[in-house]
Amino acid sequence: MGTVVETKDSNVSKNHSFNALKNILNTSLVAAALVLLVIVFSVLSPVFLTELNLFHILQQVSIVGILAVGQAFVIITAGIDMSQGSIIGLTGVATALLMSAHYPTWVAILAGLLAGTLIGVLNGVLVTWAKLPPFIATLGTMSIGAGLALVITGGQPVFGIPTVLSNLGNDGIGSILPDIALLLIVIAVIFHFVLSRSRFGRYTYAIGSNPLAARLAGLNVKRQLIWIYIISGFLSAVGGIVMIAWVNSAMPSAGDNYQLNSIAAVVIGGGSLFGGQGTIWGSMVGALLMSVLSNGSQLVGISTYWQSVLLGLVVILAVFIDGFRQRSIA
Amino acid sequence: MEPTLQATGIAKYFGSIRALEHVDFEIYPGEVVAVLGDNGAGKSTFIKILSGVYHPDQGEIRLNGELVRLNSPMDARKKGIETVYQDLALAPQVDVTSNIFLGREMMRKGLLGKIGFLDRKAMRDQVKNMLGQLKASVKSVNQVVDELSGGQRQAVAIVRAVSWGTNLVIMDEPTAALGVEESAKTLELIKEVKSKGIPVIFITHTIPFAFDVADRIVVLRLGKSVVNLMTHDTHMDEVVQWITGSKSVENNY
Repeated sequence: MGTVVETKDSNVSKNHSFNALKNILNTSLVAAALVLLVIVFSVLSPVFLTELNLFHILQQVSIVGILAVGQAFVIITAGIDMSQGSIIGLTGVATALLMSAHYPTWVAILAGLLAGTLIGVLNGVLVTWAKLPPFIATLGTMSIGAGLALVITGGQPVFGIPTVLSNLGNDGIGSILPDIALLLIVIAVIFHFVLSRSRFGRYTYAIGSNPLAARLAGLNVKRQLIWIYIISGFLSAVGGIVMIAWVNSAMPSAGDNYQLNSIAAVVIGGGSLFGGQGTIWGSMVGALLMSVLSNGSQLVGISTYWQSVLLGLVVILAVFIDGFRQRSIA
Repeated sequence: MEPTLQATGIAKYFGSIRALEHVDFEIYPGEVVAVLGDNGAGKSTFIKILSGVYHPDQGEIRLNGELVRLNSPMDARKKGIETVYQDLALAPQVDVTSNIFLGREMMRKGLLGKIGFLDRKAMRDQVKNMLGQLKASVKSVNQVVDELSGGQRQAVAIVRAVSWGTNLVIMDEPTAALGVEESAKTLELIKEVKSKGIPVIFITHTIPFAFDVADRIVVLRLGKSVVNLMTHDTHMDEVVQWITGSKSVENNY
């Protein structure tokens, strides 16, 4: 009898250390991929490792990173937010239009944030009350958001971003840390603590891990999910403001496909589309990797058309590896 | 002594299907009662009524003498009826402590607690204490449930059920998915729960397990409670006869 117990216990601990090993392996694989990309790009392009370009990469990370924070919450609940990219576009043009109509900057920003956040509310309602699969619900709102952005601009870019905002998008602390990257750091730290230390974060994991258990424990699953889609919508709207500050104009299609970057970032960072797994910290590493990839491929002369092909391949690969990971656990 | 729970004349219909026709049942403090019966005898339906999932079409339920209506599983839980589900309602990617405290977290003191931050250390300490009290062994309270063996998961589910001012614990086939060794550990846990004075309703298909832990055996057959046997006054053959219907009230006369 004693031997039976021992074998079982050692199985459990083996399993435990195996999982820990896999986590380390995953993290170090991502780190290795990042280092590899940096080496390849700095060999191929003399510009890659310059101070100016690193600054530029950090600006790019800011947007992908802010989206990835929201996407991480959604993906941990076994959902997905496809509407993030079009919220960037909609928020951007709504804010820019109000600014060019000489509304106070803060009014324009608040209105833009509100527009994006409302899409998040709609996502939450569709997923919970209308019981739509998150992919379809957010694909629908993605189209609605993109359409509205085109409608209110007639498809034209909007200029007239106040200098106070464009300065914020392009200045930095020294020539190292862009202001918008600082914003990302603040957002990431706040939401890291919310996810890992708060009741809200705990419920996020529980709902993604076993929605039935969450309901039986008395959690208000619908309310929690609605809040999570609102967070994702709000952060996407913040991303939209950061985007117009950075590029100094608003394009209705400015954020198209950005959600693919954030999904890839979260999954590369250890998140699982099956729910229950993912961290802010990992997603930030994933966002950095995605930004280095896109910046580097631009520098070495890969056309934007081929970059789109590359992005699709990275997303598919990341999700494939996620599925493989989950199967090997089960 | 007053029964902790008393159900009288419980009936439940699903359309024209009669799931329960007439069930009488009672359980006293510190008692373990095994509910036995063939597939389709109505065990599951009866348990779901006691845990608030279904409402009975007829009959009444008294908890500590007071007539109650159990509107939902949450309502039943608030009234101190905890159910350990067959499929183990735990979140696999979440750690042991968080699972045990899910829905009843301890918050930090002061402002941080008010805005939703958890007192993780206090919860960990309390979980260690709870596991110790029931002599349940789990290597670390920070482990995610995915990494536990089936028996350890059952232990977590049971600790979760008995730790909240509980009146009554219902265990729906807790050993169904477990091996011999782990089943034995689960039976030990049931005895620990009993020794704390908390009554346990234990549904099982494995008759020897019922004889191991139960004080009393209630047999359901075709939606009726057909017999109430003291474990020490009966034997397995008799129980099997009641379950299969070769022994019944009519046959006795």
